[in-house]
Amino acid sequence: MTGAGVVPALELRGVTVRYGDVLGLDEASVTILPGRVCGLVGMNGSGKSTLFKSVMGLVTPDSGSVAVTGLTPGIARKRGVVGYVPQSEEIDAQFPVSVADVVMMGRYGRMGFLRRPSAADRAAVAEALDRVELTEFAQRQIGQLSGGQRKRAFVARGIAQGADVLLLDEPFAGVDKRSEATISRLLRELADDGRTVVVSTHDLRALPALCDEAVLLLRRVLAHGDPRDVLRPEQLARAFGLDVLAEED
Amino acid sequence: MTGFDGLLGLLLEPLQFDFMVRALVATVVAAVVCALLSCWLVLIGWSLMGDAVSHAVLPGVVLAYIVGAPFAIGALVFGFLAVALIGVVRDTSRVKEDAAIGIVFTTLFALGLVLISVTPSQTDLGHIIFGNVLGIGTGDLVQILVLGAVAAAVLLVTRRDLTLFAFDPTHAHAIGLSPRLLGALLLGVLALTAVVALQTVGVILVVAMLIIPGATAYLLTDRFPRMLVVAPSIAAASAVVGIYSSYFLDTAPGGMVVLAQGVAFAAVFLVSPRHGVLVAAVRRRWRRHRSPRPDTVAP
Repeated sequence: MTGAGVVPALELRGVTVRYGDVLGLDEASVTILPGRVCGLVGMNGSGKSTLFKSVMGLVTPDSGSVAVTGLTPGIARKRGVVGYVPQSEEIDAQFPVSVADVVMMGRYGRMGFLRRPSAADRAAVAEALDRVELTEFAQRQIGQLSGGQRKRAFVARGIAQGADVLLLDEPFAGVDKRSEATISRLLRELADDGRTVVVSTHDLRALPALCDEAVLLLRRVLAHGDPRDVLRPEQLARAFGLDVLAEED
Repeated sequence: MTGFDGLLGLLLEPLQFDFMVRALVATVVAAVVCALLSCWLVLIGWSLMGDAVSHAVLPGVVLAYIVGAPFAIGALVFGFLAVALIGVVRDTSRVKEDAAIGIVFTTLFALGLVLISVTPSQTDLGHIIFGNVLGIGTGDLVQILVLGAVAAAVLLVTRRDLTLFAFDPTHAHAIGLSPRLLGALLLGVLALTAVVALQTVGVILVVAMLIIPGATAYLLTDRFPRMLVVAPSIAAASAVVGIYSSYFLDTAPGGMVVLAQGVAFAAVFLVSPRHGVLVAAVRRRWRRHRSPRPDTVAP
């Protein structure tokens, strides 16, 4: 599967993003192949969110290039290639929408102007709910789910969207152990289907079991490879700024 | 059935006056459009923005009057100007957003007051501030109906996108929609709606109609499509109750309409089956009395 003909799911080349005087990403380069589960590791402010935003086209790099399944972020966006599972605190759990409503929102990009769901849309939603084992909760208001169930609802939205690349922002924050295992299993299945899953986290416990590869980020890519190599203590010390020399580099 | 006939007579009495019919129609239309919009405003957390835009349109309306342009144009221009200025003050200085909103809309509102004071006019522009629902002419009514219909149509046609924008703008962006455009659309409708409502309850009380119905409906249901039915229904009922009671009590109609909405909110706040505070308290108490003591049951 790593043959020369494979189009990378994500390819960042020398991506630099500045917010005024603050450097979000500093010539970050990384290539992630399809069908992989990749952990994106770094402390707060290391550029994880900025990397996600540049993949989704929410920020435009000051220099460098981003390709999503070989497409520019703008075109990938129009085709619904990237699915996004937000952090818990980004979502208002009291919002008056049901689980099925949320998953249906994954289909909006494919619908007509009025966003009136077709039979195919309803079927896709039912299938995605089944996939994440939330069928019986379809009509619940999203606040009536546990943290882990809510995460799965947003994964289902990505599935219904038909996204080839799924970005998950801190999916295990505020999620109990059992839900964590369920989510991990689900992400593995999605990768086995050929989708690409990128999990941004500063929670390292879950990574070796979940991920095929890990990317260590401190505004630039410090290491990329097998999670057991990438997450070695001396590497982590650099990424989390415990190594003073690395900081001053 | 004399009691019934008597009641019917009482209800029909105000309607023999054309100005009362126009007042009733205008207020119901304005209330319904405001109520639709309020469903999104309260969920996004834009109540203060609604307050700001509805006040900031005042100079636009006065200028439109002076040059003889439609009020809606002036309102749209100044509505967007207010939002842009708020953004500039917030993003380019250390002043926080709430202060930026407060500075911009009060200044624009003041500009409107000054313009009114120097504008000679047959119709009293001061009516814009407190509303003049009993003085609405046929031309005004046509304008209210047209603008109201446009605003309601835009909201209903784009309702699913607006709800997605309110719920998860990042996802909206990720699937190729433009959150910026949807936000601008909502603000544009807000400016239009302010024009519709300011002739009925006036600029100052418009904000009540832009917040209370949506907040009331939000306490009654966990389904957004139902909010879009409940909020306008409550607003329309409050409009009718307010206009009628102002007729019989000889009080300010704009004030009565908003007062009716406030009373409706208070009632729902206390006794909503889902989210009422009184209901929740009774339920807690009932549970404490009925359920066995925690230490006597297995966990």
